Amino acid sequence: MSAPAMGTSKTAHTDSSHKKKKGPGTLAIAYLVIYNVVMTAGWLVIAVGLVRAYLARGSYHGLYYSIEKPLKFFQTGALLEILHCAVGIVPSSVVLTGFQVMSRVFLTWAVTHSVREVQSEDSVLLFVVAWTVTEIIRYSFYTFSLLNHLPYLIKWASFLNIHRYTFFIVLYPMGVAGELLTIYAALPYVQKTGLYSITLPNKYNFSFDYHSFLILVMVSYIPLFPQLYFHMMRQRKKVLGHMEEYSKVE
Amino acid sequence: MFKMYPQWYPARQSIRLDPKGKSLKDEDVLQHLPVGTTATFYFRDLGAQISWVTVFLTEYAGPLLIYLMFYFRVPFIYVPKYDFTTSKHWVVHLACMCHSFHYVKRLLETLFVHRFSHGTMPLRNIFKNCTYYWGFAAWMAYYINHPLYTPPTYGEQQIRLALTVFLFCQIGNFSIHIALRNLRPPGSKTRKIPYPTKNPFTWIFLLVSCPNYTYELGSWLGFTLMTQCLPVAAFTLVGFIQMTVWAKGKHRSYLKEFRDYPTLRSPILPFIL
Repeated sequence: MSAPAMGTSKTAHTDSSHKKKKGPGTLAIAYLVIYNVVMTAGWLVIAVGLVRAYLARGSYHGLYYSIEKPLKFFQTGALLEILHCAVGIVPSSVVLTGFQVMSRVFLTWAVTHSVREVQSEDSVLLFVVAWTVTEIIRYSFYTFSLLNHLPYLIKWASFLNIHRYTFFIVLYPMGVAGELLTIYAALPYVQKTGLYSITLPNKYNFSFDYHSFLILVMVSYIPLFPQLYFHMMRQRKKVLGHMEEYSKVE
Repeated sequence: MFKMYPQWYPARQSIRLDPKGKSLKDEDVLQHLPVGTTATFYFRDLGAQISWVTVFLTEYAGPLLIYLMFYFRVPFIYVPKYDFTTSKHWVVHLACMCHSFHYVKRLLETLFVHRFSHGTMPLRNIFKNCTYYWGFAAWMAYYINHPLYTPPTYGEQQIRLALTVFLFCQIGNFSIHIALRNLRPPGSKTRKIPYPTKNPFTWIFLLVSCPNYTYELGSWLGFTLMTQCLPVAAFTLVGFIQMTVWAKGKHRSYLKEFRDYPTLRSPILPFIL
């Protein structure tokens, strides 16, 4: 056996120990800052829209309609985040990010937009509020982290980070509840109208029952939700642990 | 090592000279390794292992049997009045014969033709692989053998063409497997560059590194055309993507290992991919 070839030019993909992770360049960071600022602003617009509509109407009912367009725009815009991971300017897994964004986009378009009858449900408000608060904290945190070479901003970043992980304890179950209730509310209408469904016979010998598919989606929350929840709880303990050390050093 | 720690049977052991380097091979002899008077070895547990032969046999027996269950319309799949009936379309019978032939061929090749360079793979692979093969087989078989199945749009012409493509590629695929087997004497694990032989089906080696995958793609394209069934097309596509990944990897390792590797060859599709 010849000696292990370490320093040859073609090591890039075979020898993982020597893989250098190329971080984002300055241009990429600038773009990401702009992206996160825009998204923060967008979700603030949605938050403000919700509050104003509530104050104007005096009830929680039907607030979806007041923020329908910005919600669709900014939630769909999050698809760019998959691209960010794929290109490598954000160090997250493409699969994980893709999954999270697609589930949001699915709920926004394939459920809430597609089934008019659920738009006036209170469950929609439940997940919209959860998403709004979560996203405002998340995007502003990313903005401050990207700018973290400015020392006085680190405190703000940490402040947001703690709140992100703490609010999550309530927001995540709230969002999941809203999402599940909305899908559940959509079921009878989907079954009645055969929305997005294909029946046999047809010349491509394929069938799809959207009603069953939605039930499958609801069931998939059972294994997924606890995993994500406990992952965030573990992250939270880690972050809070670091915060204590940091403040002690101070 | 095995005597001291019996739970780590040899197939599970990975021994390296450098913690982040490649594993040593079974044939490596201590005297020939680049070490000084004392040698430090790093051990890694590869996890529970299972033999390739076992995995292949299980992966392939599944689709064979599952498809037949749908073909014979075993109860609880379709509406009860169709239980144990057979389709009135002759292409459905043809498709069953082709599908079954394909998997019987694979089983026989696993037992008598293939020479595996690795004895084992991680145990969790069998669950992953079987889910894939068995799942897709059930999905395809459900529609092809469905009472409401619609035969191909262009009828007999389409089916005849599809069958020709399918058989051609089955023979081609088998020829490649035989050619690859003959490269390697029994019991050895040497690697050589494959070249075209007297068999015309192997002449594709001039243009492609992994013609077994090329022919496999061709077979499934033929089957898709024959059944005109979207799930079959989906299975073909996913298989193609996976085989392309494998072909590119194999092509790259051929290039690395052999200085004189023919430059005209592409990994899986002549000149394209």
